[in-house]
Amino acid sequence: MDKIPILRMGDLLLVTIQVDLYDRIAEALEADLVQMINKTGAQGVLIDISAVSIIDSFMGRIIGNIATMSKVLDAETVVVGMQPAVAITLVELGLPLNGVLTALNVEKGMTLLRTKIDIKYNGSDDGNTE
Amino acid sequence: MANLLEFRAINPNIIMKNEAIKVFQKRKKNIQETWMKLQLSDESLREDLMTNEDLRRQSDELLTAFVEALDDNNIDDPRSSNFDPVVDILSAISISRAKQGYTPRETGFYVFSLKDALLHILQQDIKDPQELYTQSLKIIKLIDSFGVTTFETFIKGREEVILRQTDEITEISTPVIKVWDGIVALPIIGTLDSARTQVVMESLLQQIVESSSSIAILDISGVPAVDSLVAQHLLKTVSATRLMGAECIISGIRPEIAQTVVHLGIDLSGIITKASLASALKTAFSILHLQVIKK
Amino acid sequence: MVTLNKESMSVTREVDVIPFRNRLKEMATKIGMGLVNQTKLITAASELSRNMLRYANGGLITLEVVSKGRENGIRLTFKDEGPGIANIEQAMKDGFSTGKSLGLGLPGTRRLVSDFQIDSKVGVGTVVTIVKWKNG
Repeated sequence: MDKIPILRMGDLLLVTIQVDLYDRIAEALEADLVQMINKTGAQGVLIDISAVSIIDSFMGRIIGNIATMSKVLDAETVVVGMQPAVAITLVELGLPLNGVLTALNVEKGMTLLRTKIDIKYNGSDDGNTE
Repeated sequence: MANLLEFRAINPNIIMKNEAIKVFQKRKKNIQETWMKLQLSDESLREDLMTNEDLRRQSDELLTAFVEALDDNNIDDPRSSNFDPVVDILSAISISRAKQGYTPRETGFYVFSLKDALLHILQQDIKDPQELYTQSLKIIKLIDSFGVTTFETFIKGREEVILRQTDEITEISTPVIKVWDGIVALPIIGTLDSARTQVVMESLLQQIVESSSSIAILDISGVPAVDSLVAQHLLKTVSATRLMGAECIISGIRPEIAQTVVHLGIDLSGIITKASLASALKTAFSILHLQVIKK
Repeated sequence: MVTLNKESMSVTREVDVIPFRNRLKEMATKIGMGLVNQTKLITAASELSRNMLRYANGGLITLEVVSKGRENGIRLTFKDEGPGIANIEQAMKDGFSTGKSLGLGLPGTRRLVSDFQIDSKVGVGTVVTIVKWKNG
């Protein structure tokens, strides 16, 4: 069974999803990620879905779960690279994906994470909206 | 078979069909000439669209195919598959004429003048009035059917032109302009129907990805009216943009549209709307923490 | 509606969904369906096959290329012998708006396709039929 690799970049964790996520791999990812955040004390998680062409409600739930679990462990999550066709389909499907920050690509995602982490520690509100 | 008379008594139709076909085969050249004369003398001749030489060549090709395809069985059946080569040539002629700019009447005359030529020659060679009448009816029915074919293919040819123009218009009327680093604008001109809105939506999202723009401004000041379905699509466009991690500002909402939307009970409170593209740009700069300073 | 091509695939484990989705993508591409419509169709199919696996231990999926006049489309039939749905009307109501994470996701799935039919009998099974035309 393949495992999805989790890369560490400083105080951030990077996950690139390139295969179709189905139940066992997805649940393993959740568990691995949570362990890693705890172990490394990561402040942010970046999930790259630019290679994902189908996101159904199951996958949406997994992403939502990861965001919530990370939050509980005091880390922020940003999902990057959503394909237009996927975005259109998710809107139609009615998946709220609440509490999940998104950005266009890895670079913007990291910038966003930095900002969120800074706000957390410096307490300044510079008007960023979710 | 005892003699020809006996044969004829048993199978009268067989011999009679052969006669008309035999006439056409024998007098093909005459038919060609007669047909060309009819075409050249008619005021609908379009020498500006086709030279007389080309016209002659086109007519010969059709006539030859027709005479060769004609047999005892299909003279009564315009829809016989034996006429396929004739129909193919005819359709090709009709489509190319449509593209050149011939009117359907002019192309119709092309076919019906053939009918005149055929009947003219038939009249010269078949002396028995009853037989002439019977054979003429068959020819009339055949050529009329071919005439309808030319109209059908003419329409198809025009439809292809319309489709191509529609595509071109769609392309021209939804330009994407990069107004700043990270900001794209889509000014939409013309009526927005449900289908076009979906195309605009896909185009917008694709542009956002390709240009890595965090903000897209959708300007609808060139859109006369918006119905409920289109408004829903616009809202979905904004949602999809946000899901991807960008923001979408809708600008240029005319007072009439604002009224319609509120009356339809559509909730625009979750999206950013600005009266003009200029103010949308100002908002975009502010979101990106950019400032314009006078020197 | 005329059927131009028909095949069936049995789905009893998670891994069976992958060849099904691949075959569906092949068929959709072959009839010239655009990317957005393909994504909607495959996502809907993913939802329905997941339901079959989760609640009925799998079932049979029929894939057909259909034609209505000039347009081509794809029809999928999901047939299972599971517990059945007691209250179809309830299941077709939007559960997502209340933030529930459980549920069959049927109303959302319906929005993704052109045509949606569901037949279910408690204790017997469920049949869901969806059609997606090439141009949506």
